[in-house]
Amino acid sequence: MTAFFESLGMSHDWAWFVATVSGILLIALPLMLAVAMIIYAERKIWAAIALRRGPNVVGPFGLLQSFADGLKVFLKETIIPSSANKALFLIAPIITFTIALIVWAVVPFDVGVVLADINIGLLYILAVGSLGVYGVIIAGWASNSKYPFFSALRAAAQMVSYEVSIGFVIITVILWAGSFNLTEIVLAQEGHVLGILNGFGFNPLLFPMAVVFLISSMAETFRTPFDLVEAESELVAGHQTEYSSMSFALFWLGEYANVILMCGLNAILFWGGFLPPLDIEILYAVPGIIWLFLKMGLFFFVFGWVKATVPRYRYDQLMRLGWKIFLPLSLLFVFLVSGWLMLTKTSGGAL
Amino acid sequence: MIATIAFYLFASLTVLSALLVIFARNPVHSVLWLIVAFFNAAGLMLLLGAEFIAILLILVYVGAVAVLFLFIVMMLDIDFAKLRSGFTANLPFGLLIALVLLAEIVIAVTASRSGPIIGDKPVDTAQPNIIAFGDLLFSRYLVPFELSGLILLVAMIGAIVLTHRSRGDARGQNIHRQVNRDPEEAIRLTQPESGKGVEL
Repeated sequence: MTAFFESLGMSHDWAWFVATVSGILLIALPLMLAVAMIIYAERKIWAAIALRRGPNVVGPFGLLQSFADGLKVFLKETIIPSSANKALFLIAPIITFTIALIVWAVVPFDVGVVLADINIGLLYILAVGSLGVYGVIIAGWASNSKYPFFSALRAAAQMVSYEVSIGFVIITVILWAGSFNLTEIVLAQEGHVLGILNGFGFNPLLFPMAVVFLISSMAETFRTPFDLVEAESELVAGHQTEYSSMSFALFWLGEYANVILMCGLNAILFWGGFLPPLDIEILYAVPGIIWLFLKMGLFFFVFGWVKATVPRYRYDQLMRLGWKIFLPLSLLFVFLVSGWLMLTKTSGGAL
Repeated sequence: MIATIAFYLFASLTVLSALLVIFARNPVHSVLWLIVAFFNAAGLMLLLGAEFIAILLILVYVGAVAVLFLFIVMMLDIDFAKLRSGFTANLPFGLLIALVLLAEIVIAVTASRSGPIIGDKPVDTAQPNIIAFGDLLFSRYLVPFELSGLILLVAMIGAIVLTHRSRGDARGQNIHRQVNRDPEEAIRLTQPESGKGVEL
């Protein structure tokens, strides 16, 4: 894109600057639109599962429901509790929202269609993703109220627990792809199994890791059945209890941006990202970004489906799953995958 | 030019937030300032071209260690005024530690000026430094690397052994037993006589 702006007669530095800013806007604005539409889609999914109609009043088929909600939230008064730590109370939703946005810098939508094509992209996602918990912790502490505080403690423990197994799962992918760069990871999946299936997930050695990653990504985004952070029957609304108006909306937007990111990561790491599912010439006629969005939509449906049907875990069950099942399992697969790769020396190649 | 400005920005913010870690009245604020200091240190690493260390600094220190710090500090009710009262008593010891650290920094700086010590060949700046790390860690520094891993494992097991105490009356959930329960033994149908109840 830099070259395009240079052709308009800008100097190289200015062209780079304008290209980067427009790249950021090209990701952030559609993302916000996607969040609005995906909240609507999710409410429709839950409604369908519960044999209800869901939002159907605002606009055709209720499509504008999220925008109406956004407008309503925008017009509300921002209330700051008198005993809250004012500065931190206001910073917390901003942190959640900002971090949810900056992770997208390294997500590849197609070959070369990525804002920052850095060679440690996956580590960047891990590092920035692990910061997401600060929004919850700071909100919980700064609210100076007991329910948000419990929520903050739960969030801290849950995040640290599941990040361990996510780290190991990612190691298995990196071992096989031989790179930290997300585009190269996707390209390494081309014709991965039997020369025709695109995706590490089709590999029997990596399929269990894909499942562990899917479940862990639900835990990382605090979705049902792991939403103990905002368990409404115990903690009112968790860390968001004392928030109102736009500060509440920022939490909401950040949360759903993270959910979409996790859907994208599942697709990119295990199911071929922007590649079509089968390595057949004619399927490449469809642009890669469409394939990526289809896969993300599929995973989002799974997220909504699980949220509508699976009851919430107890906290000790959550910890048991993270530490006693996922951690040993992913550790075992790190050994198996690295052993297999050492024996067959196919690192970066097909199965 | 921009790199120079960025360096001074990151460096001054690191020093400032490090000072605020000490001077903040509230322990939670101290930890938050510590996180800001980590961030700016990571920024300095990025300027040096050590992107792997920068990301690791954020991933390990900010993403895990500081979360646990914050967790502990938020739960404990620490009275900083009380801790501060021992300031003069601990001052000589603190100064000693500061002196040792200063000496180490001076030694490190002068030693690195006299030529490269790590690696026989100069570091190839073209390749990602994660590869350079891997090459050195798993060839020349394999034994120290594995040893440090072993020490960390021992420390972890030690911490668990020291703090774990089994209470006799703790009731756990045996999921295996629950799943394998058989309706035949779990349910008993009886016909109690009126006014007598059931023997369990």
